[in-house]
Amino acid sequence: MPADFISNLYVFILAGFVGFELIKRVSPLLHTPLMSLTNALDAIVVVAAIIIAGRHETRLTTVLGAIAVAASFSNMVGGFLITDRMLRMFKSGRSKQS
Amino acid sequence: MTTLALQQYLDFAYIVAVVLFILSLKFLSSPASSHWGVLAGEIGAALAVTVTLFNPEVAQYKWIIITLIIGAGVGVPLGLVQMTAVPQRTALSHAFGALSAAMIGVAEFYVGTAPVTRFEMGEIALEVIIGSLTFTGSLIAAGKLQEILPQRPVVYRGQNIVSLSVLATALGLAIALVVNPAHTLLFPIMVLVALIFGVLLVTPIGGADMPTVISLLNSYAGFSAALLGFVLNSKVLVVAGALDGSSGFVLSVIMCKAMNRSFTNVMFGAFGQVQVSAAAAKEDRVVRSASPEEAAAILSAANRVVIVPGYGMAVAQAQHKVRELYDTLTKKGIDVRFAIHPVAGRMPGHMNVLLAEADIPYDRLIEMDEINGDFPQTDVALIIGANDVTNPAARTDHSSPIFGMPILDVDKAHTVMVIKRSMSPGFAGIDNPLYYLDQTLMLFGDAKQFVGGIVRELGGGH
Repeated sequence: MPADFISNLYVFILAGFVGFELIKRVSPLLHTPLMSLTNALDAIVVVAAIIIAGRHETRLTTVLGAIAVAASFSNMVGGFLITDRMLRMFKSGRSKQS
Repeated sequence: MTTLALQQYLDFAYIVAVVLFILSLKFLSSPASSHWGVLAGEIGAALAVTVTLFNPEVAQYKWIIITLIIGAGVGVPLGLVQMTAVPQRTALSHAFGALSAAMIGVAEFYVGTAPVTRFEMGEIALEVIIGSLTFTGSLIAAGKLQEILPQRPVVYRGQNIVSLSVLATALGLAIALVVNPAHTLLFPIMVLVALIFGVLLVTPIGGADMPTVISLLNSYAGFSAALLGFVLNSKVLVVAGALDGSSGFVLSVIMCKAMNRSFTNVMFGAFGQVQVSAAAAKEDRVVRSASPEEAAAILSAANRVVIVPGYGMAVAQAQHKVRELYDTLTKKGIDVRFAIHPVAGRMPGHMNVLLAEADIPYDRLIEMDEINGDFPQTDVALIIGANDVTNPAARTDHSSPIFGMPILDVDKAHTVMVIKRSMSPGFAGIDNPLYYLDQTLMLFGDAKQFVGGIVRELGGGH
């Protein structure tokens, strides 16, 4: 097994536990914005897509990379935008009166 | 030497991004701090994208800039959709995320700088299979939620055998590629078979199971990104994918518990196929119905009212009328709260977002476990477009397909009022004995119009 795999596995397991503990603490009120926020964070695959598209090795890989850039960047922009919109809608009774 | 130093700066920026991502989820633990979560995530993402543009491997910017503009052009309208369209938007974004991860995996296979080892081949094959099936599966889910495709479970004899053999074929091709990575022609066939499996996986699942399915697809999309991180040896992808994957997984577990069902049952059970005959036996039970005037009179005599919203409220777009009802009753000094079942609607938290959009304060939205004990002291439980989540058969009737599912105990309220189009059972086909109880009044009609009628009778509204 390659050494990179082992170190990535460590990172994966630790991040998985962190994610599990954090998500358990998210109020069920916010489960919909949670899903759109994690979607926007997951769109970080755009950084890998940028490198594939920008390396310009073959026409095929450039096209695949370009599709991936567009798909993931739309998730990033749209995900943060809609999460922000949703969270602005959640007002408590007290803040509403003030 | 300078490239090495630059690489270290890039890695450091990615670490900062990862810390911001974790903080982003942490801020989401309460509505009060949640807007900081979006900000932290945005800064982390902007930082990661910006530094990547300085990566020395990037030789040509033309396509990157064009596709970033296209991505933003698609993303902004998808970020501005109506709140009622959020479930299908979410399914579509799972599809985009999975498409992106799958495309990068495919590109990595064809890069051909060095011959792939068996181990790398295995990683790429698994990543591309999960990404591809999540892509088509999420598109089908989005199609069902947008009602382009039928929301009913689409089933046929031997379906599970067909679906599982398609999956086995994809995995078999992956194994063949691992045994001999030189058989490159098998790779596109494997991708195609995985895409077909995604369609077969989600097509049989009905609309009522969408909260679980959408969470599972979220989890798959996250784990495919994490696997891509393994393929590319990119820790920022491993972490972001693991966070997204575990989030989807936790939500799926919550959804499954709220329906008292297992993953395999949701994925292969095709809900509501059984049990159509059981309801037909008891024909001559009476229901009592009431007009908006009578409903308004009962509501204005109440001290405590609990409103139970369901998917029907979303379909009828009744949330703003419900807010008027809430305002009118609250002004009369009546205590009004909302009981939110975890699987009400089409995705986790669906009802909360709709009611928050209609300006109902979130401290009035109460979870099932918290509010269930209060129903015996509740004067009126008003059910708007919810059905299975209020069905007392889940507590008592061992033969019911939803037996054991935790429900909102509305039948313990002094008066139950149910706004419903007709007596026809929902597409799950399960009869609801709640409608035949002595204290139950059926309010037949469109949810939006009926609630509007009650508000007019109460002398409120605009």
